Amino acid sequence: MEKGNASAVSLPRVRLVVRLPLPRSLTSYLGRGLFLFLLTLQGLGAFALITLGVAISRLGVARKVVRPLIRREVYRAGLRLLPMFLFISAALGLVVIGQTVSWLTRVGAINFLGTVMVIVVVRELGPLVTAMLVLARVGTANVIELGTARAMGEVEALEALGIDPVHYLVVPRVIGMALGVFALTVYLILGAVLSGYLWAFIQEVPLRPGDYFRQLGGALSGLDFALLAIKTLAFGFIIALVTCYHGLAQPLRLEEVSRATVSAVAQSVIACVLIDALFITIYLLT
Amino acid sequence: MTDQPPTQANVPAIEMTDVAVNAMRDPNTLVTEGINWTVNAGDYWVVAGLHGTGKSDFLMLTGGLMAPRRGRYRFFGEEMPIFEEARLKERLRLGVVFDGGRLFNHLNVAENVALPLRYHHNLSRTEGAAAVGELLECTGLTPWAESRPGTLGRSWQKRAGLARALALEPEVLLVDDPLAGLDPQHVHWWLGFLDQLSKGHRLMHDRPLTLVVTTAEFQPWKGHARQFAVLKNHGFAALGLWGKLEAASEVLVRELLTERTPTE
Repeated sequence: MEKGNASAVSLPRVRLVVRLPLPRSLTSYLGRGLFLFLLTLQGLGAFALITLGVAISRLGVARKVVRPLIRREVYRAGLRLLPMFLFISAALGLVVIGQTVSWLTRVGAINFLGTVMVIVVVRELGPLVTAMLVLARVGTANVIELGTARAMGEVEALEALGIDPVHYLVVPRVIGMALGVFALTVYLILGAVLSGYLWAFIQEVPLRPGDYFRQLGGALSGLDFALLAIKTLAFGFIIALVTCYHGLAQPLRLEEVSRATVSAVAQSVIACVLIDALFITIYLLT
Repeated sequence: MTDQPPTQANVPAIEMTDVAVNAMRDPNTLVTEGINWTVNAGDYWVVAGLHGTGKSDFLMLTGGLMAPRRGRYRFFGEEMPIFEEARLKERLRLGVVFDGGRLFNHLNVAENVALPLRYHHNLSRTEGAAAVGELLECTGLTPWAESRPGTLGRSWQKRAGLARALALEPEVLLVDDPLAGLDPQHVHWWLGFLDQLSKGHRLMHDRPLTLVVTTAEFQPWKGHARQFAVLKNHGFAALGLWGKLEAASEVLVRELLTERTPTE
């Protein structure tokens, strides 16, 4: 239970060193940045391991309390965002198909419409757009909720009642957000594919639905499905982890919650882009 | 909690040997040191200290929420703090009522009180309702059961904190400054209710509760608490019975008895 603030408590000396007044020079600026980056990385890594450890070791503990919490998080990071995602998927279909169709017909490459759709929407834009929107709508709320709870001493109150704060506050959010991002990505992709055909149809592209879906099917491989699932689950996991870490892992005062939210959003975006880069290399290698 | 072994009379509930306390907010700051203190089962202690002497930090340490900087703290013979899952049961023999209640803001009052019960006994929303209803009734909170903590007055939030701490039927209850900022009616209620808990309340199956209460003045506790102690600049003194308190010549003790010193 003390694990939650272990990273903050065990590192005061390093943090003090980072705050020491140093001559204003490029090297000390860069060095400090590097130090802080490594500290954050260490803290996040430790927090991720603790969360996984708690999720596994407390599997089935207080099921009637934790299950409804997970359902609530799936609703918050999934179902409740569905209307917005349907709208975004229509827009995405228009952006990708509406723009590319006219160019592809000009060069006589209309047969690549499905391939373009798969590469752009299924592999890249779908997961990334979903992750960013979920971060904006639920991730920020996470940091603020947990940061306020931490600042008001609610975390100590949980510990005093023998309730593991990681188990009660973090695990449901991580599971809910991972599932939410995965499910929303699937809907976003389906919506974009359908609306893409609709836009092509409106532009009077000579493409029958059968051909369009055959192209899509041809461009997709089994690996796409597996990687999509892993990637979106990883996005949800990492966003929940970074936002919970910034809200919970360090002792906060109320006025620090806004700063924590800003850093959590920035770090989540960077983390998602890094994961995305990792997956691009996997796609390129296969 | 009913299947716990009966408390052994010879093991003190709380035993501190040369304990030093850190500040909760800043682990590098020393608040109090040299605490030698024994609380036996069934005691009713009041620990007084002026603001800033670390009453809350002291209570957080006693509540097992942080480790002592030095020294040894045993709770019913168990080394504190307890963070391991295996010894959690021992730790739950201790309940903490925080200053201001520290309710969970995303839950209403009934859900706040129900949470420890539901979590530790794996109950659904409806299963713990009877026990929660009884707790709310005894603390006069039934009309506010569905209210969010934010809409409640501070004095009622404190009571909800008490109800929540009692939900797990602890044997030792720590209460952080319950009388601060309360009107006389609430003060009267708290003193009466804590007396009942100390003697044995039906909520606790008539089992006498060991109480440790912090406060900023001794006077209201006269005739209620049985043992008294003071927190003074970086130190702790267990004074004992009320008679010893009145006999004490220290300026601080006299101040905490809300008597003015001649120089003022």
